[in-house]
Amino acid sequence: MQKSAIALTVAVMATGASLSASADTLTIATVNNGDMVRMQKLTDDFTSKNPGIDLEWVTLEENALRQKVTTDIATKGGQFDVMTIGTYEVPIWAERDWLVPLEGLGDDYDVDDILPAIRGGLSVDDKLYAAPFYGESSMVMYRKDLMEKAGMEMPEAPTWEFIGQAARAMTDKDNEIYGVCLRGKAGWGENMAFLTATANSFGARWFDMDWNPQFDSQEWSDTLNFYVDLMNDAGPPGSSSNGFNENLTLFQNGQCGMWIDATVAASFVTNANDSKVADQVGFALAPDNGLGKRGNWLWAWSLAIPAGTEKEESAKKFVAWATSKAYAELVASKEGWANVPPGTRTSLYENPEYQKVPFAAMTLASIQEADPTNPTVEEVPYVGVQFVAIPEFQGIATSVGQQFAAALAGQSSVEDALKNAQSLTERAMKKAGYPK
Amino acid sequence: MARQVTLNRRLVNTAVAWGFGLLIFFPILWTILTSFKTEAEAISLQPSLFAFDWTLENYQEVNSRSNYPRYFMNSVIIAVGSVVLGLIIAVPAAWAMAFVPSKKTRGILMWMLSTKMLPPVGVLIPIYLLFRDWGLLDSRVGLVLVLTMVNLPIIVWMLFTYFREIPGEILEAARMDGASLKSELIHVLTPMAVPGIASTMLLNVILAWNEAFWTLVLTTTNAAPLTQFIASYSSPEGLFYAKLSAASTMAIAPVLILGWFSQKQLVRGLTFGAVK
Repeated sequence: MQKSAIALTVAVMATGASLSASADTLTIATVNNGDMVRMQKLTDDFTSKNPGIDLEWVTLEENALRQKVTTDIATKGGQFDVMTIGTYEVPIWAERDWLVPLEGLGDDYDVDDILPAIRGGLSVDDKLYAAPFYGESSMVMYRKDLMEKAGMEMPEAPTWEFIGQAARAMTDKDNEIYGVCLRGKAGWGENMAFLTATANSFGARWFDMDWNPQFDSQEWSDTLNFYVDLMNDAGPPGSSSNGFNENLTLFQNGQCGMWIDATVAASFVTNANDSKVADQVGFALAPDNGLGKRGNWLWAWSLAIPAGTEKEESAKKFVAWATSKAYAELVASKEGWANVPPGTRTSLYENPEYQKVPFAAMTLASIQEADPTNPTVEEVPYVGVQFVAIPEFQGIATSVGQQFAAALAGQSSVEDALKNAQSLTERAMKKAGYPK
Repeated sequence: MARQVTLNRRLVNTAVAWGFGLLIFFPILWTILTSFKTEAEAISLQPSLFAFDWTLENYQEVNSRSNYPRYFMNSVIIAVGSVVLGLIIAVPAAWAMAFVPSKKTRGILMWMLSTKMLPPVGVLIPIYLLFRDWGLLDSRVGLVLVLTMVNLPIIVWMLFTYFREIPGEILEAARMDGASLKSELIHVLTPMAVPGIASTMLLNVILAWNEAFWTLVLTTTNAAPLTQFIASYSSPEGLFYAKLSAASTMAIAPVLILGWFSQKQLVRGLTFGAVK
C-alpha cells in the first residue's frame, strides 16, 4: 500500500516532465499590460487561421520577465519560442546572435510601414530583429483647467523654463494640488529613464566618445539641480518613491497639474471610468532647452524569436500576425480604435478613424522627435535615448538612480549624488574594460 | 483585589494580543477587500474599508484569463512533494545527529545552515544549465528537487531540535528489545516526534508554497505554480491592483485555511521543548 502511494506520487510528479510542449505549441513570454492581455484574448483569430499551431502564454511582471527570458536566452534554455523584449535588449542580443533576423514575414507584412524611429531602435546593421507590438515615447499630460486657473497657456512644444513656471503657478499644497508629478523611484527603468531623457535635452550625456562617464559635467549638474528644485517646490510629498503607477494614481485623482511620462498613459488618464479628470487633460511635447533635443524617450515592446527555437516558421507566423496592419483592424473592430496598440505603424496614424483619438497626433509627434541612434546634443558612442544599450547599464543605472533618489529625498546633496554617480560609474566601466 | 489585578492584566494582555493580531492581519484583510473593489476604487486616495460597491468582476476576469486549477495543482504537488522528500532525507539525518553525534555534528549543522545564507541568484546559472541538460526545466520533478534542497537545512535543524528532547534511553530500550534501526525510526522515534514532524511539515509546506525565485525562473507553463499566477497580474505600467488582489487572495487562500486549521499543531510544534 505504502509502495503504491509512493509510486503514485512519483508518477504524478513525473507527469510534469513528460508534458513538454508539443511540436505545434508556441510558448510566448510576455509582459502584463492592457495591450498584451487584449492580444491574448484575440488569439482565436490566429489559431483559426493557422490550424495546427497552439499558443501557451507566460505572462509576467516586467522585471520578472526580463530576468527569466535573459537567463533562458543566455543559457540557450529553449523554454520560449517568442519573447516580448524592449528596445534595450534588442541591439545587445542581436549582436550576440541570440535572435533570429525577422525576414520573410509575409508579402503583406509591409515592414516599411513601421515608424522609422521604432524600426531604427529594433534593427542592427539594417536587419530587423524584433517586430514592434506597441511603441511609446513620453510627453506632457496636463490639466487644462488648472493651467487656465494659473493664467497660463501650454504651448505645443514647451521649454523646461515654462514647465518650471507653470508647475509652481499651479501648485496649491493646501488643497493637495501639485504642479508636476515626475518619476522619483530609483531604477534604471524608473527615475533614470526620465532623468536620462531629460539630461539629453539639457545637453548632458552618459559617456563621451571614449566611454568616460560625464556626471561631473555642468550639464548633468544643471539637469539634476533643476529636477530636485522643481520637485521640492511643486512636486507631491514622498516623490522619491513614485513611479509610473503612483503618479498615474495621483493624476487620475486630480492631484497633479502636469505629468511627464509614457505616452501610453494618455489612454488611462482620458478614460472616464478610472480618471476623475478625463475631460480636462491636454497634451504637449516633452520639454526642451532650445538645444535641439527634447526630453522624451523611446520604447517599444516587441516580439522577437530566440535563435535555436525549433519552431521558427510557426513563430514567424505568430509575430507577423500580432504586429500586422490586420491585427490593428481586428482590435479596432472588437474594441474600438482607441484600443489599438499605438506607436508602431505609419498607416495607423494616416487612418482617419485613428486620427480622431485625442492623443494620437501627440503620440506620433513625440515618437518622431526621438532618435535612438543620435540621442544627445553631443556625439556619443552608444545607442538608446533613455538608456545606454550595453549589458552593464541596468546595474550601473540602478545604482546611479539610487544616488539621485537620495538627492530628491534630501538624504544627500545634488553635488554628492553626482560625485558618487561619477565614481561608481567610472569603477564599473573600468572593470568592464570600456574606457579607451 | 488580587483577583481584580489578575483580571485587568488578562484584559490588557488580550487587548494587546488582538491589537497585534489585527495589525499583522490587516494587509491580508486589505488585499481581500481590494479584490472586491473596482480598479477605480482600488486606487482611490480616500479609500473605504467596507462602504464600496462590492463586485466579483476581478475574480471573473482572473478566472477567464488564467487556468487557476493547473497553477493550484502544481503548487500542491511541488510544496507537498518537496516536504515529503525532505522529511525522508531529514529524519535519518536528524536522528544520527541527535542520538549518535560525532565531533563534526555541530560543524555539519552550521554548514547546512550557512547554505541558506547564499543568495539564490548566485547559483542560478549553474542550476539552470544543469536543469537544461537534464531536461528538468519546467518540470514538477525539477522543482521538487530544488525546493527540497532549499528547505532541507531548515527541516533538519527543526527535527534535530525536536529529537534532542526525546530521551535516548527509550530508543536504547527498544534496541535492547530487539528493534532494528528501521523499526526504531519508524515505530519508536517517529510516533514520539509527531508534533515536531507535523509542525516541520506545515511550516515547510508554507515556505515551499510561497517560494518565488526558483518557481518563477525554472518554470514556464507545465509546472508553473501559484507564484507565477500572481506575478502575471503585477504590472509597473498600469493600475491592476484589484485584479492583482483577486489573484493574490486566490493564491493565499489554501495556505491560509491550512494554517488556520492546523494552528494548534503549529504552535505546539514550534514551542516544543521551549519550556522544561
